[in-house]
Amino acid sequence: MGFLDIRNVTKSYGAVEVLHRVDISVEEGEFLVLVGPSGCGKSTLLNMIAGLEAISSGDIAIKGRVVNGVHPSKRNIAMVFQSYALYPNMTVGQNMTFGLEMHGVPKPERDTALRDVAKLLQIENLLDRKPGQLSGGQRQRVAMGRALVRNPDVFLFDEPLSNLDAKLRVDMRTEIKKLHEKLKTTIVYVTHDQIEAMTLSTRIAVMYQGYVQQLGTPKEIYDTPANVYVATFMGSPAMNVIPARVVVKDAVPHAQIKDAHGVEQTLRFSQPNLVEWNGKDILLGIRPESITDPDGADRNSKNIVPLRNLVGITEPAGADTFVAMELGGKDIVARMRADANAMSGRDFDFAINMEKAVAFDPATEMRIKP
Amino acid sequence: MAAVEQDTAVRTGGLTRIFIYGILLIFMLFYMMPLFVMVANSLKPLPEITGGNMMALPQVWTLEPWRQAWSAAQIGVEPTGLKPYFLNSILMVVPAVLISTILGALNGYVLTKWSFRGDKIIFGLLLFSCFIPFQIVLIPMATVLGKIGLAGSIPGLVLVHVVYGIGFSTLYFRNYYSSFPTELVRAAMIDGAGFFRIFWRIMLPVSGPIIVVTVIWQFTNIWNDFLFGASFGGQSQPMTVALNNLVQSSTGVKEYNVHFAGAILAALPTLIVYIVAGRFFVRGLMAGSVKG
Repeated sequence: MGFLDIRNVTKSYGAVEVLHRVDISVEEGEFLVLVGPSGCGKSTLLNMIAGLEAISSGDIAIKGRVVNGVHPSKRNIAMVFQSYALYPNMTVGQNMTFGLEMHGVPKPERDTALRDVAKLLQIENLLDRKPGQLSGGQRQRVAMGRALVRNPDVFLFDEPLSNLDAKLRVDMRTEIKKLHEKLKTTIVYVTHDQIEAMTLSTRIAVMYQGYVQQLGTPKEIYDTPANVYVATFMGSPAMNVIPARVVVKDAVPHAQIKDAHGVEQTLRFSQPNLVEWNGKDILLGIRPESITDPDGADRNSKNIVPLRNLVGITEPAGADTFVAMELGGKDIVARMRADANAMSGRDFDFAINMEKAVAFDPATEMRIKP
Repeated sequence: MAAVEQDTAVRTGGLTRIFIYGILLIFMLFYMMPLFVMVANSLKPLPEITGGNMMALPQVWTLEPWRQAWSAAQIGVEPTGLKPYFLNSILMVVPAVLISTILGALNGYVLTKWSFRGDKIIFGLLLFSCFIPFQIVLIPMATVLGKIGLAGSIPGLVLVHVVYGIGFSTLYFRNYYSSFPTELVRAAMIDGAGFFRIFWRIMLPVSGPIIVVTVIWQFTNIWNDFLFGASFGGQSQPMTVALNNLVQSSTGVKEYNVHFAGAILAALPTLIVYIVAGRFFVRGLMAGSVKG
């Protein structure tokens, strides 16, 4: 049993079920990120943990206590909202201690807690200001401060960075991570940004259409996505998913794919059990960074497969160069070092790290597990 | 601060300015005329009015008509002046405005932030009350007031005006609160504030503009109401009814100067509410609660 247990939780509005049997167990000190496109049910799930929305069936338990039907203020949680939701008529200090005041904490204790948190977040000089006089980043800090002051069991973040500009968002992301490492608090964090999910979390739940598609560490999610949806949602640029046919040569499975010239090429798999798929179609998933020039290939990999193919367009992006090519009738993207000399309209020797390749069943779109 | 100076869409030359101000001045004079006539004539002895020019300033300045209107003029059968009726109006209008505003605010709060099954219908019905003409409800209202023993009393009038006012005040507050971020209410819920605490500590402090609007609207309407006052006032008639009795009295000489003074007295409170409350009509109270 975990610190925060979500057991078989569903949410229905009338006859429409929007969240289907979600089962997540969060350990103490974990940073769980719920990620998915809008309408996937991630915010609904968070609101159900907070107690702002009723649970249609199943249980949510915090520290072993089932909290279905318990009022939000009695769950010992704190929430940071997307809009920050700072009370406009109160000063920063009053905003941060309002929850303590409502819970009947005496003033001296409130002041001590306020001072500690203000110091931690470096907002001591803002305590007498009104939210209207703060910048976006400062408001964000105050909103986090308001949550921290309560010293709750679970922190809930509802897309807290999506109202900030790009630069500030990256800074605040780092700060949230630092804060988590320092305080070791249990956090459930909702975002639609897969990079936020990857960088912040200890575990990610990828959600889509009301289902948890996959629950795992960032590395598991990235390297071994459960299905095509997770594979293409996580990572930017998205994973290349190419229709291919499995052929077995010398008892080793290969992917057979037409290159840009229409010539069949074979790529050797590192996954032996794919021999069972001999002669059948699969979907081959390769991350852009697994397709490089031969010099840029991962030296630790035992299965770098060369592939000569026609280069589509190249997009230098500073640190990397994105190279497009056609493979298996699909436009795919390779991510190379900046000085890889792939040139548009010419043939180029690609190196594919097939150790990192994954295969999906085209019928179910689920990954074929090794 | 060029941006501040250039806040009109079109740059205007000197001649255009003179034209604009000229037009405005003419309209202002037109609107100020009745007030001028009323004030000027209320400060004259009666012979100056009956003998000649309504538009002229007084030759002999006197406050006697005001004193008369306030405390000595014949209203109905008693020579009481308007004073007791003025008091009646105050006793009626203050509780009626306060109660209808508070109820409207609560209604708006519930209808937007604690929505329940059928809330739209309830709101629709409340809104419908704004469109019911006063005359239709006179007889049923009289029956109800009689049954609950409030007929002909100030509490009765307060009740009538509160019932009539809730429709409008609810409409105002509901529309105002519907743009109030629900996340604030949710944050307060998580912070442990209850239904009334959220209302009192979170919603009301940012409701200044709409409170002012509602108070002005309710005050003006209730103060100026004649029909309900005349119908249900009984022995405690409001100012408007008394003014009518003063002006319409058919015996003796018509004391126009006293009538003018009485009319100004009757209009004064609404004027004061506009001037005083208008100053608190501040925008931007919501700034900074959420990302704009």
